[in-house]
Amino acid sequence: MIPAIEVRDVSFGQDGSPILDSVSLSVMEQDMYALIGPNGGGKTTLLKIILGLLPARSGTVRIYGKSPGEGRQIVGYVPQFRTFDFRYPITVKEMVLSGRLSHTRGMLRRYREEDHAAVRKVLERLDLSGLAGRTLSHLSGGEQQRAILARALAGNPRVLILDEPTVYVDTPTAFQFFDILDELKRSMTILLVSHDIGVISRHVTKVACLNHTLHTHNTPEITEDMIAATYHCPVDLIAHGLPHRVFDDHGGEEGQ
Amino acid sequence: MIDLGILEYGFFQNALLAGLFASISCGIIGSYVVVRRMVSISGGISHAAFGGVGLGYLFGLDPLAGAFGFTTVIALGIGILKEKAGQNLDTLVAAVWASGMALGIICISLAPGYAPDLFSYLFGNILLVPGQDILLMAVLCAIILAVVAILYTQLQAVTFDEEYARVMNLPVTRLSLLLLVLVAVTVVMLIRVVGIILVIALLTLPAATARGFTKRLHTMMAASVCLGLLFSIGGLLLSYLLDIPSGATIILLATAGYVISLPITRAARG
Repeated sequence: MIPAIEVRDVSFGQDGSPILDSVSLSVMEQDMYALIGPNGGGKTTLLKIILGLLPARSGTVRIYGKSPGEGRQIVGYVPQFRTFDFRYPITVKEMVLSGRLSHTRGMLRRYREEDHAAVRKVLERLDLSGLAGRTLSHLSGGEQQRAILARALAGNPRVLILDEPTVYVDTPTAFQFFDILDELKRSMTILLVSHDIGVISRHVTKVACLNHTLHTHNTPEITEDMIAATYHCPVDLIAHGLPHRVFDDHGGEEGQ
Repeated sequence: MIDLGILEYGFFQNALLAGLFASISCGIIGSYVVVRRMVSISGGISHAAFGGVGLGYLFGLDPLAGAFGFTTVIALGIGILKEKAGQNLDTLVAAVWASGMALGIICISLAPGYAPDLFSYLFGNILLVPGQDILLMAVLCAIILAVVAILYTQLQAVTFDEEYARVMNLPVTRLSLLLLVLVAVTVVMLIRVVGIILVIALLTLPAATARGFTKRLHTMMAASVCLGLLFSIGGLLLSYLLDIPSGATIILLATAGYVISLPITRAARG
């Protein structure tokens, strides 16, 4: 079976102190794959390489066999929460419509009826229909986050990539958000970066720890003690500067 | 009673037309400048324009044509250096801000003949805009309107969330450079009206005021054009009645409008 996302030997940054050092991972269809690790460990950089926003120094990325640039049409992206100005004069509907831009053509990039229909559907699905005419600054944190997710879903992606989706919201809102992702993972593959180990543990199918190099078991079962070990891995890696065991038992292959 | 007989004079009609074209272009482009936080880069481009004015004098060209060519090159240069060479935008802006002015002063000192009226380039004089410049302003205004009408969706996406626009396969680098060129064009148009030093205020204050009352980009642009008209024509009449410089009066009126709007929009937001 062809992986939804395949990263092979990707390196980024200078040779002496690489941000990513020969990272390989495979996200299979229907996976909900969580990438955890310390700040500055290269998580966001890896996502940006997968999206084709940054060029890898070496290695290859394939999304359903396509290059990152070509693969974007089937990818939905939820960037880190505060990457744009929430006071921008734009309505929820306009923002979600912009998630259809890769399906539009020509200089005008005019939205067609199918684009509007897709947006209506996704607004309905995420319970945002009543807020379509509001601006982002008039939404609650949870609603803003759902609006950003709606933009990513508007293009009917097969792969959904999320960067720290719950970092700026309170815990109940984060739980609600992961319930939505649970529903979505039936129809699409999900790759997410998160700090929120406690919340993700009940939802993900695979976990990898990234701190310049990647460690994973590709395991579907995640027990509490594995999560505990993973959670401590940034500390261990900084202390020893060595790859280490994320999980108790090594059944699968290491990313390295 | 205000004596409106002045409206019959050609120079006053020119001034009104100049105010109209300036308001349209700075309402539209100024909205992008405000929402994308391009204020400092626009300030750099406008001051660099003085270098173009100087070059125009030195080589016997129309100074505004010189400013037009020079600011376009500077705007593209800043955009490309930021993108490709990873230079800090603040540093680039400071460099062109001061060096553009310096280049202008040296060119004018080297130019043969008497020194031109620098004051009108620095602070503008809407009452002295010649007919051919009105025509130039009309053409540039039409170009801005056409480009923004065609690329509205793409420019909104790029100014709202550049990274996402890239994920959506839009030509983000080219659109960003185009936006800088549009800023340069607008700046040159405004030189005659309020001058190089005051341009940045007319570019940002109407748009910043409009932003408080609107929730979509195109309504912000429309409101900003109306406010620009109010400020430029109101300032023009006020400067005539009080016999004070027009450019400065327009800017102070725009500033007053902005300040007055703040508590009102705050109350409206609740």
